[in-house]
Amino acid sequence: MTRLLPILTVLLAIVLVWYLAAVGMNAPWARDQAARAGQSLSLPQLVRATMVQERPVLPAPHQVAIGLWDGVVGQKITSKRSLVWHGWITLSATLAGFAIGAGAGILLAVGIVHSRVMDLSVMPWAIASQTVPILAIAPMVIVVFASAGVTGLVPKAMISAWLSFFPVLVGMVKGLRTPDTMQMDLMRSWNASGRQTFWRLRLPSAMPYLFASLKVAVAAALVGTIVGELPAGATAGLGARLLSGSYYGQTVQIWAALFAAAALAAALVAVIGGIERLTLRRMGLAR
Amino acid sequence: MAVVDARDVSLTFQTADGPVHALKDVSLRIEKGDFVSFIGPSGCGKTTFLRTIAALEKPTGGNLSVNGMTTDEARRKRAYGYVFQAPGLYPWRTISGNISLPLEIMGFSKADRQARVARVLELVELAGFGGKFPWQLSGGMQQRASIARALAFDADILLMDEPFGALDEIVRDRLNEALLELWRKTGKTIGFVTHSIPEAVYLSTRIVVMSPRPGRITRIIESTLPRERPLEIRDTPEFIRIAQEVREGLREGHSYD
Repeated sequence: MTRLLPILTVLLAIVLVWYLAAVGMNAPWARDQAARAGQSLSLPQLVRATMVQERPVLPAPHQVAIGLWDGVVGQKITSKRSLVWHGWITLSATLAGFAIGAGAGILLAVGIVHSRVMDLSVMPWAIASQTVPILAIAPMVIVVFASAGVTGLVPKAMISAWLSFFPVLVGMVKGLRTPDTMQMDLMRSWNASGRQTFWRLRLPSAMPYLFASLKVAVAAALVGTIVGELPAGATAGLGARLLSGSYYGQTVQIWAALFAAAALAAALVAVIGGIERLTLRRMGLAR
Repeated sequence: MAVVDARDVSLTFQTADGPVHALKDVSLRIEKGDFVSFIGPSGCGKTTFLRTIAALEKPTGGNLSVNGMTTDEARRKRAYGYVFQAPGLYPWRTISGNISLPLEIMGFSKADRQARVARVLELVELAGFGGKFPWQLSGGMQQRASIARALAFDADILLMDEPFGALDEIVRDRLNEALLELWRKTGKTIGFVTHSIPEAVYLSTRIVVMSPRPGRITRIIESTLPRERPLEIRDTPEFIRIAQEVREGLREGHSYD
């Protein structure tokens, strides 16, 4: 309860500010409508009018909640209006991209730590890759893959992997390099091979870093997938839901999709956090 | 045959500020079963010399052989058990797991590993603590575990670089006593770096006094104390005389510039 109280307080404050903002931002349209009908609105009427618009500038929290509820449980999950269906499309591409990205990040980090040539050659490119705006790259990736006849999950997973390999790479390079001179000297005095040093010293030392970077990476993977769903008029996924919502001014739909994406990201990070706790406890690293 | 035979060993590090003579013409023979302490001010090369013996540094001049081999051959034959100032135990392994680590690397069988871990735990008086994680043990116990780790694979030479430097005086006394006991039981050859004159005199059969710029040996003192040494021996005139000799050696090598 003591932990819940601050969270609830903040939540309450956000909802309050949101309602005030909704009233403020939706009021002009409500007044406009009233003026056209030759009516004038009292304050309570005005407030009510800002809460029930079909395409408000800023939907009120309860409108988004209803939209979210309707999208999640109000539809058959195979329906194109179901957020569960769209969420699954996005989730599958995210997981695929995350797996590819994390795998690539770990492998590159292992290479960089063991080879000076790779350290000097790979790292600058990895950094450069992240300075390219993903919004500029994503349509090209989609188009290139589509011209090769590949559509659907794979191109989105590629964009997602593009974003998610970098935090894993940086975290793992740092993690694999944590063993100090003394520990490396001990390994040397035991005449340990490079492989033994890696599996018994470097990799376990890197575990806390790995999990921290995986959390960043999985959130980035989700962003990558959603960005990948925006161009080329994608028809499925939370990104597509955002896009179609903006085409038709369905602000409630946009916000509902946004919250679905946020919940998905939170769930993914929480899953990794759970695996982290289990692993570190089994390793004796968590106290 | 001497276990360690150093003749005119020199080691010069090239740094941005010019060459640093970490060791210059160091000659020393260590016989089997010797307990040799290296003492001297910071920068006298005592740690560097220990690292050179263990093939963690390569001398730039002179001859250094261990068991009649080059230091690197000896390292590959796993002749060294090295103990650092910090225990350096892996936090993700239990005490037994940590002691077992070099044995795994060296390919001992599982049954052999277990037997050896049990034996060295007994030796350092940590029996019953094998299942604990390092953070559950005191600093002194952790250091004992790291000594056990160095003993587990029966290295010929135990090299200890200020192993008790980070511990308080009381724990240090106890560990010194325990180390002597261990040395008597195992008959190991021990090289021991320290800052403390009483520690050096109490433990050693020979005390090597070193001095900096360039790092060199200024005096080698043979201890006349018996091998059997209770802690009270530190109050005997004999002990005080040797300590005095070490102090003089340190003074003459140090110009206070």
